[in-house]
Amino acid sequence: MIVIGERINGMFKKVREAIQNKDAAFIRDLAASQVKAGASILDINVGTASTDPESDMVWLVNAVQAEVGVPLSIDSARHEPLEAGLAAVKGKRVLNSTTGKETDLAKLLPMAKKYDASVIALTIDEDGVPSTVDKRVEIAAKILAAAMDQGIAVDELYIDPITLPVNCAQDQPERVFAAITQFRMLSDPPPHTTIGLSNISQRLKEHRLLNRTFLIMCMAHGLDSAIVDPLDEELMKAVITAEMLMNKFIYADSFLEASRK
Amino acid sequence: MGVPDVRESYGGRINTVTIGATPAEGGTRGKALKVGGHSTIPFLRFEGETIPPVIALEVQDIPPDPGEWPDALIEPYRDVLKDPVAWARACEKEHGADLICIRLLSIHPDRGNAPAAKARDTVLAIRDAVKVPLIVWGCDDDPRDNEVMPMVSQALAGEKCLLGMASQENYKTLAAACLADGHNLLGLSPLDINIAKQVNILVSDMGLPADRIVMYPTTGALGYGLEYTYSIMERGRLAALAGDKMMSMPVFCVVGPESWKAKEAKAPEVEAPQWGPAAERGVMWEVVTAVALLQAGADILLLRHPRSVGAVRKALQGLMPAKS
Repeated sequence: MIVIGERINGMFKKVREAIQNKDAAFIRDLAASQVKAGASILDINVGTASTDPESDMVWLVNAVQAEVGVPLSIDSARHEPLEAGLAAVKGKRVLNSTTGKETDLAKLLPMAKKYDASVIALTIDEDGVPSTVDKRVEIAAKILAAAMDQGIAVDELYIDPITLPVNCAQDQPERVFAAITQFRMLSDPPPHTTIGLSNISQRLKEHRLLNRTFLIMCMAHGLDSAIVDPLDEELMKAVITAEMLMNKFIYADSFLEASRK
Repeated sequence: MGVPDVRESYGGRINTVTIGATPAEGGTRGKALKVGGHSTIPFLRFEGETIPPVIALEVQDIPPDPGEWPDALIEPYRDVLKDPVAWARACEKEHGADLICIRLLSIHPDRGNAPAAKARDTVLAIRDAVKVPLIVWGCDDDPRDNEVMPMVSQALAGEKCLLGMASQENYKTLAAACLADGHNLLGLSPLDINIAKQVNILVSDMGLPADRIVMYPTTGALGYGLEYTYSIMERGRLAALAGDKMMSMPVFCVVGPESWKAKEAKAPEVEAPQWGPAAERGVMWEVVTAVALLQAGADILLLRHPRSVGAVRKALQGLMPAKS
């Protein structure tokens, strides 16, 4: 499981304050603790309150890469902060995200290629978030074809079937499972699949339980990466356990400890 | 149409463990041996790097039980069986062992319960008599091993020996001794891949680096569980190559002692004339077991009969011809 740590996001109050106060020590701690907890990529998002998202993004990237060497996922809905962030990353980078909209694909895939970045792609198009499995797969296929046209390798692509809060759309999780399974049949090797996990449980009471149950069910359908809170210890233990149950590594009584070695 | 390239590449690698230290490295051995180090499945040198397996011969610190050692096995050692130092020298000089495995059977409560100091002195005398690296394996009685092995470990400090056996139930004393005196550790598991991994985790948690651990997954001889051993070693190797760091240890196989337990190896001709000459049978049993386990991924083969050494080396040359 490729764990993408979600914590460096200006939507969180403390991160927002750290960005405002240029408190690099706080950001570095948050980066280090996520990597220690098992994140192999860190997501970087300045949040919506930033008055200067481009320079805030560059500042965040520099604060994080002063502390850790993992790939960084530059997360913005706007193209300028995305490009500024990608340009600032010294090591491997991920563009988070494009959609299947023609305008996004035309602009963002060349940007990913320019910076040799992996791409997270949401199955959204001009009609919005699809509610059916077929529409998700159709958009995924379109994204895949566009990426290949740009010379982006299939295994640099992370396709996200879009998760909605379960209280808003309770029929959607099982469609997400089916979409994950079908995304993996689009090509050989298959593209990666990913989800923004916390969407399933936004503002819901049992959000941690919902997150971890949903994530494990997605993994059972072939999900191989997710944007999650790696500091949620029970979540990370469940991920390791699920991988063991799927025979990704050999059982030992101390398998949880062994996975951290 | 071109020939497709079927080479696999793996993310993981078997650790390289160094056994023995030369005077320049703080020991007294003639040379240090490296085992493990594979980045592919056994013998696929076109695919990745691999270090050739090595052969150890066994030296017991008391004469073997005649009920367990048939004449065919006694014969080549007849003059040295009562003298472990002479026995070790013969293994090195005449029989071509890459390393010597000293079995401290004398300390077992049922085999004489020898004092620790006596066992230590025997080990030191062997150390002085041979130049090859040493494996020292206790008697498999936990209380006696925990008393004797730390003393042996300390006496051999700096020699980078391989000391055994650590098990899931009894590993702390030996791991601490290996840590303190710079040795490598042999971890035992009873034909159980999950316990093999658990032993590696437990020993690592004591602070012993992964590249100082060798696994002994228990050996079944031909007809006596060979296929269990084979499949466990095969699965462990693939897991290691896939990146499982707690399965990436080289593998030790106890071929000689297990093969010569088989009735097919040791039955005298009067009991089983249809099986052919006893002098050949046991060696064949040992060699067939050894060659199968080489292909499963053995790194250190513990053999008994001197003729087996030559036959296994010949098979190894077939599997790993010198690169032209």
